[in-house]
Formats: sequence, C-alpha cells, structure tokens
Amino acid sequence: MENLLNLFVRSIFIDNMVFAYFLGMCSYLAVSKTVKTSFGLGIAVIFVLMITVPVNWLIENYLLKAGALAWLGSEMADVDLSYLSFIMFIAVIAAIVQLVEMIVEKMSPSLYNALGIFLPLIAVNCAILGASLFMQERDYHSITEATVYAAGSGVGWFLAIISIAAIREKIRYSNIPAPLRGLGITFILTGLMAIGFMSFMGIKI
Amino acid sequence: MKESIFSPKNLKLLSGPLNLNNPITIQVLGICSALAVTVQVKPAFVMALSVTIVTAISNLIISLLRNTIPSRIRIIVQLVVIAALVIIVDQVLKAYIYDVSKKLSVFVGLIITNCIIMGRLEAFAMSQKPWPSFLDGIGNGLGYGLILVLVAFLREFFGSGKVFGFQVIPDIFYQWGYENNGLMILPPMALITIGVIIWVQRSRSRELIDKS
Repeated sequence: MENLLNLFVRSIFIDNMVFAYFLGMCSYLAVSKTVKTSFGLGIAVIFVLMITVPVNWLIENYLLKAGALAWLGSEMADVDLSYLSFIMFIAVIAAIVQLVEMIVEKMSPSLYNALGIFLPLIAVNCAILGASLFMQERDYHSITEATVYAAGSGVGWFLAIISIAAIREKIRYSNIPAPLRGLGITFILTGLMAIGFMSFMGIKI
Repeated sequence: MKESIFSPKNLKLLSGPLNLNNPITIQVLGICSALAVTVQVKPAFVMALSVTIVTAISNLIISLLRNTIPSRIRIIVQLVVIAALVIIVDQVLKAYIYDVSKKLSVFVGLIITNCIIMGRLEAFAMSQKPWPSFLDGIGNGLGYGLILVLVAFLREFFGSGKVFGFQVIPDIFYQWGYENNGLMILPPMALITIGVIIWVQRSRSRELIDKS
C-alpha cells in the first residue's frame, strides 16, 4: 500500500509527464489557452490513460514478453514477440480513444464541441503511448501498480495543463516583447514551472 | 506538362521547413519527443535522422495509397504505416548502435506519436503526389533535426563543455575557474532554450509574430 502511494506521488510530481519527459507537449501547447477546455482535455487524458495502460499491461505480460505465451503450452514458452509492442500498443490506444470519443459525444455534446479536433488527437498524444512504453520499460509487477502509475501520470499531466492555462489567461494582460508573445513565452514559462517541480525531487513517503 | 524533379516549387518544399515554416518553432509540431533527447549532440543527431527517414517514407507510402484509404479509418491506417516503419528503425538502431538506442529508450517508440509525422501526413501527403510528399517529408525531418541538433549543441556545450562527446573547452579554462553550467543538462533548460530560439527567430522575421 505504501509502495503504491509512493508510486502515485512520484509519478505526479517527480516523474511528471510534461516537466520531466516533455510528453504530450503538442496538445499541452495547443489547448492551454483557456482553463475550461484544458480541464476537459485533462480529464479525458486521465481517463484514457487509466484504461489503456492496464490493457497494455495485460497484452505485454500475456502476449508479447519473452516467455509470456507459456500459458498456451510449453512449446510456446520461448516465443518472444516484444518487437510487436509498438504496433499493438498504438492499436489499443487508437481503438480506446475512438470509444471515448463516442461516449463523450453522447454524454456531453458541449464538452465534445469544446474539445473539437483535440479528442482524436489524444490518440497521438505522446503522453498516452509514453506511459505504456514506460510501463513496459520499468517492468511493473502487477496490474494494480500499472493502474496506479497511469492514474498518477494522468493527474500530473492534468495539473500541468491546468496551471499553464491559468497562467496564460493572466499573462494576456501583460506587456510581453512582441516576438516572444504566444509560443515563446509559453515555452519559457513551462521551463520555469519545470524548475519549480524539480524541488519535489527526492521526496519519499 | 510534366514538372522537373527539382523544380523551384519542389525545392521550396525542401527549404521552407528549415526556416520560415519550421515544424518545431512555427508549426509547433513534434515537441513531444524532441526535447528529452537533446542533452548531448549524438543521440539528438541519431533521433533527427530516424525521424527524417520515417517522415519521408511514411509520406511517400501514404501519398501512394491516398486514393484507396477510406477517410473514416485513415488515422489508423496512418498509424499502422508509421508504427511498422518505427519498428524497423528501432530494430536497426538496436542492432548497430546499441548504446545510443539505450539512451533514447522510449523516445524511439514515441516517434510513432510524433506530431510532425501525423501532421504532415494529414496536411500534405493525403492530398499531394508521391514525389512532392517525399520531399516535404525530408524537408520537415531536416527542419526538426536542425532545431534538435542546435538545442543539443547549446546544452552539451554549456552543460558539459563537450560537443559530440569531445571536450572543446580547454582544461586551462577550468583551472582559471570556469565551471560548467549544470542547469543546462536538466530538463527545464531544453524548454527555455527553445523559447529563446523562437524569440530570436521571430525578432529576425517580423511577419511571424503572433497577432494576439
């Protein structure tokens, strides 16, 4: 339990998707103009992450890993399909995003309109595939661990996009040098926020 | 009328992304996987090369297939093509330059979701002939690589006094009290470096400045 809590806090603050690995930067920069839309996108990302990572964990451990097919019989025990992982992961992600898109369209048309083209773009959001690949690389032992990791990274991404959106709403009233307006200042702000997040380094529960 | 292979229009596809239509600083694509590999020049260089190859070939393939892909499932077709190419690149890197491949870790796989590739496929290859698409892929890959190598050069130079792993700042400087700027190696400085590059580029060409 303590271990899981530690993993959760770690993946929010220390291994933050945006500030430590720059994952999901495209939608982070494009959608963070107002807090309202960023909130919707952040929730969508948490949701998609919490489904895709466990599903990919199952695929990784029962289909792809070296020796993962042992449950089919001893002659399959030395099959290693891990080179297929990229294509399997991205297929799962694309399918689930399609599903989420249909659900959101039914449940909340206003959110659907607000998110616009960015919902399908979650499929190519690096944070989603990145979480699955990190899950594979770090070799989490159980599906619970993988889910907690997914939730933590999702919340971390959510926190990042909400805070940058809030800052961007305020900074519209500031006098920024013209060439730095828009993209430039957003990059520098993200850099400063990343320095802030580095102060969490070394926290252990 | 048949257009020559290197007509001015085609050359423009190649040179545009290097400056005024740069995928990173102007189109804001492909920042995701780019910044984490820029601590040293060597991995950045390998990454840039891989992305250029994948962009060019996937642009070519999608452009050849463009009339046969139903538009409803085009995203998944594109993803499958890209993922197959990335698997090949990943296996080649693992076989020939294992140490760099280890350093790039998950970021090779993340080429799949690199927005440059999807963006160019959607915006260009779906509606253009194969040869211009191929050039567009090369051009955008190079434009991406240019920024990547530039950032990596600045970070490695100031962060550890080296370029491509060779020491450039002479020992005598260190004896006089010069210190490497350790902050440059940490992730936040990649973002700030890109921010400054955008600043410089936009002050040189005024038409790029944001209206808002």
